[in-house]
Parts: sequence; C-alpha cells; structure tokens
Amino acid sequence: MKCKRCQDPAVIELRRHNTAFCTDCFLHHVREQVRRAIDEFDMIEPGQRVLVAVSGGKDSLGLWDILLDLGYEVDGLYLGLGIGDDSEQGYSHSSGVYTREFAARRRARLIEIDLPTDFGYDIPTGAAAARRAPCSACGLSKRHLFNQAAVDGGYDVVATGHNLDDEAAVLLGNVLRWNVEYLGRQLPVLPGGNGFVRKVKPLVRLGEREMAAYCVLRGIDYIVEECPMADGNRHLGYKHALDEIETGSPGAKAAFYFEFLSKASSLFRPLAIAEQEDGLQRCESCGAPTTGTVCAFCALVSRATDPERVAAVGVRLGRTRRGRRR
Amino acid sequence: MKILLRNPRREIEVAGPMRVGALLAQLGVNRESVLVIRGDTIVPGDTLLDDADHVEVRPVISGGLQ
Repeated sequence: MKCKRCQDPAVIELRRHNTAFCTDCFLHHVREQVRRAIDEFDMIEPGQRVLVAVSGGKDSLGLWDILLDLGYEVDGLYLGLGIGDDSEQGYSHSSGVYTREFAARRRARLIEIDLPTDFGYDIPTGAAAARRAPCSACGLSKRHLFNQAAVDGGYDVVATGHNLDDEAAVLLGNVLRWNVEYLGRQLPVLPGGNGFVRKVKPLVRLGEREMAAYCVLRGIDYIVEECPMADGNRHLGYKHALDEIETGSPGAKAAFYFEFLSKASSLFRPLAIAEQEDGLQRCESCGAPTTGTVCAFCALVSRATDPERVAAVGVRLGRTRRGRRR
Repeated sequence: MKILLRNPRREIEVAGPMRVGALLAQLGVNRESVLVIRGDTIVPGDTLLDDADHVEVRPVISGGLQ
C-alpha cells in the first residue's frame, strides 16, 4: 500500500477518507485536521492562552503536542482522580507518570490538582458515597475544576481531547433518549461568559484510531489501559456500535456528527441557552456559576467526604488524605 | 509470530506468515478499533507478517462520560 500523497510505503489506511499515508504525510494530515477545526469553528484567537486538560491518554497528550507544534501558548492541567492508587501500577498513578514525562520532554508547563489531597476524596470512594456513577462523579469534578483552574490562571480557552468518536457516541446517546438540552450544548465550542471559560474540542475532525496512531508515530507514551471505572459504561457500548456501522459504511460517524452540527444542532440551541441562563447565580460555597444555592461540585464534595456516607457504603477512606476544601 | 493483546494484557502465538487483515479477522477484532504495531511503527492491513514477528494489537477506544 502506497501513501496517496507522496507514494512512499503507507503505514496507515484511513477508509473514511479513502486514503493511506506514510508517517510524515499522516502527521501532516493530523495537524491539518486540527488546524482546520480551530479555523472552522473559531476556537482559538491569536495570542490567547490555552489550558489543555490532560489525562495521560492518547487524545489529550496528542492534542497538547499538536497545539504546541502549531505555535499556541498552551499549558497542561492534570487532575489526579485517585483511581487504583493502591499500587504503583494503578490507573491514576500511571496516567500521572505519562503526563509528567510528556510535559518534561516538551518542556511544557503542567498544573496538577489531586482530588484526594486537595478535596479529600477519590473517584471510587466519592462516587459511592455520593451515590453517583463513577463516570458521572469524574465528569462533574473535571468540568468544575478545569473551569476553575482556567479562571484562576487567567486562561482564555480550555481545550479538551474529545475526538470524533467521543462526539459521535455522545450524540448517539443523546438522540436515543432525545436529551434536547444536551443536544443543544453538543458543540465543538462552548462560549465563555457568566463565570465559564470558553471550551473547545480541536480533535473533532479526528477519530480515536488516528489519535492513537499519531501518538505511536510521534513516540508519545500514553496510558493504553482503559479506566477500570469505565468498564461497561453506555458510552463505550455506543462506540462499539458505531464502529460496527463504520466498518460497513466508512465515513458514517463523521456524517452523523457533522451533519448534525450543520443541519440539526441549531434547532436545539434555544432550549440549551434557556436552561443555562435560567437563574444563574454564584455558588455560596465556592463562587462558581450555578442554578442552585450550592453548585453540583460542592454538593458532590460534601457527600463524598461525609464520614457517615462513606462508612455506609462500606468503603474505607484508607489512603485518602483529607485536605483543604475550596 | 508473537501477538501482544491488551485489556487484559496477554501474549499469544499465531502461525505466520499472515497479512494483518487476516490476523485481525482470525482474532475477531474490528479493524476500526485497533492499531497493529510492529517495532516502533504501525502497519496497514495488507502488510505480510512473518512467523518471527512480534506485533501488538492495541485497542484505540477510550471511554467515560464527558
């Protein structure tokens, strides 16, 4: 198989694009897709400071690498989740190691927040105590802390490594349940304002396979193992279902997502805007924007660190180091 | 050839020579959800793998909610 761009031996075939690339042309393709996404959706203005949310996985480390190569002023933010940290090979420990190694190699600035140290809970314990699904508690913690860190650090934009497969899978889930508010917010760019920093997803034109290939070919070590808490979640099931469709119909995932953006997304926007702006005020505990008196994150922290709740679910705090609460 | 599989991590032996596409079919793996890595690079579906090759079949799907 030859590279469609230069005729050298190909290393990867992209059936969605009906093409194949050698290493150099593939890396060019990936950077070009990110540049096009940033331009097409007006994600980042020249001179803006970007905070990229990094997990130690292929998408976030790959995104950080690409944004640095494209010349953006971008720092990383890593959130320690305390998952599997009973051993040196635990999920959070390993993902932190990969993240720090990448930051050191690229001489990039890495900011770290550790849930157990800084907020007194880890995801397995906290989710159980708060009676939330682990992925729900994790997502809530990330959204709040990434935004807060961006506000505190004076960043203009928060960039996340959500790729085309992520967006297509979430879209499928939202369509299956007709979650119209979520459909109205499922955009590659969420504007800032009212205490929220602008959020962008520069990888929406790239699939998981492309990002994994990018990291391998760039020599970026990342955590390959799946988060143990995500095992069996619906999101992964949607991805597998979409992969089956994509195998028989290359390009189906991209068409599903981008046709939604161009033809249907605007129909749901008024519902999402109305919900977001309805009675927005400051959390009385941390000052973050919220529709209640206390934001969802502060409520989560309160429940996740409540000794009676923790004891009731039979989870020992054990190694969890109680620290300050914001 | 030796094949490294993930989630859980394990190694199996498969008789070669065999093309990458045929290997994935034999393993029952969707080609859209993995990379096949030999040495420090990836190889496309028409690559002929030798009996002496060591390759990794690496899943690319990551999950969790947004």
